[in-house]
Amino acid sequence: MNQVKDLLLLFISSSLVSNVVLSQFLGLCPFLGVSKKVKTAAGMGTAVIFVITLASAVAGVIYEFVLVRFHIEYLQTIVFILVIAALVQFVEMFLKKVIPGLYEALGVYLPLITTNCAVLGTAIKNVQNEYGIVTGIVNGFATAVGFTIAIVILAGIREKTEFNDVPEALKGSAIVLVTAGLMAMAFTGFSGLI
Amino acid sequence: MNKAAERLYNGILKENPTFVLMLGMCPTLAVTTSAINGLGMGLATAVVLTLSNFLISLLRKMIPDRVRIPAFIVIIASFVTVIELLMKAYLPALNNALGVYIPLIVVNCIILGRAESYAYENPPIPSLFDGLGMGLGFSMALTLIGAFREILGSGAVFDYHFMPEGFVPIGIFVQAPGAFFVLAALVGIQNVIKIKGTKAGKDMSKIGSGCTRDCSTCKEGCSSKFYGEKEDKK
Repeated sequence: MNQVKDLLLLFISSSLVSNVVLSQFLGLCPFLGVSKKVKTAAGMGTAVIFVITLASAVAGVIYEFVLVRFHIEYLQTIVFILVIAALVQFVEMFLKKVIPGLYEALGVYLPLITTNCAVLGTAIKNVQNEYGIVTGIVNGFATAVGFTIAIVILAGIREKTEFNDVPEALKGSAIVLVTAGLMAMAFTGFSGLI
Repeated sequence: MNKAAERLYNGILKENPTFVLMLGMCPTLAVTTSAINGLGMGLATAVVLTLSNFLISLLRKMIPDRVRIPAFIVIIASFVTVIELLMKAYLPALNNALGVYIPLIVVNCIILGRAESYAYENPPIPSLFDGLGMGLGFSMALTLIGAFREILGSGAVFDYHFMPEGFVPIGIFVQAPGAFFVLAALVGIQNVIKIKGTKAGKDMSKIGSGCTRDCSTCKEGCSSKFYGEKEDKK
């Protein structure tokens, strides 16, 4: 029972308290770029959940059974980036062939995720914090859920404020960054949770 | 020699990766909580950038076009691993402060961007100086942003207190939201310069042409190049 409680706490901490975008600054590119509409933001979020969870699982297994076993842990950065890049391409091809419906929904977002630092960051964090495979997967899932929450909220705000009268110099990404800053302030409120 | 000086000038001022191109924003926001962290991250990136540019340029005739991006990534990741191990051994405090962002140098757009756009097409020595210039420009930018946030957020820089007695630190600047506000201000200043420059008839297309502006350019810039065949190489 204790273990379940720990995992639950980890889930809340990774998704809300130390939110991947708003307090770790990972995955800023899609966060700012694909947050114009709630619908696309949700699509991006789903793709990120899918990829990060899968990547944490694969990276965890490779770390445990290959890198640790042969005492080559120092190769983790190289191995992880190659595995993640290959994985995303593989997932893209797999979905295209096997589940075309899902591919239609997520396909356009997948290439964007390849070089997304959130994926690699989560895999490395799992190792740095010495999470096992299961804890790593939960952490990856929670991180990605945190990303989705943040990007959907941001997209909602941007939809509402699209026609607001913004000073010339702050138009475009500047005002989005201010919005993200205010969201980050709101999210620091979660730090009292744990 | 002129070429080298021109490359350094280009990287540090004319095409400064942070202030002009807006590349590599993740580490810029994350590690600039203090000037020393910014400097450490900047220099670590500069070393990786210089060495990877040099090696990629040396190997540019041997790397087949189709697999060049994976090849670049392996080279970059190797240098990042070297830097990571060296920092763990000799600068453990800085390494702890920078944490996960050191291995994440691998996915910094600046490094892959320079490899792709400069080192792969130019001889080793100019590439080396290109990497050095860009790296120093990045270090300078991170140190300045770090110093700015640290002075406002804690009233000190490099452990040197110089603000007057009655100064109340604005704590939010060293926390996560402060990073977003500082970057927003930076983009705002860029936009002002851009608007004025365009009115005066100057070419301002370089400003903000990096990732953060809009992800469609990033998609064409970084990710799709990953697949080699989608982008044809001249």
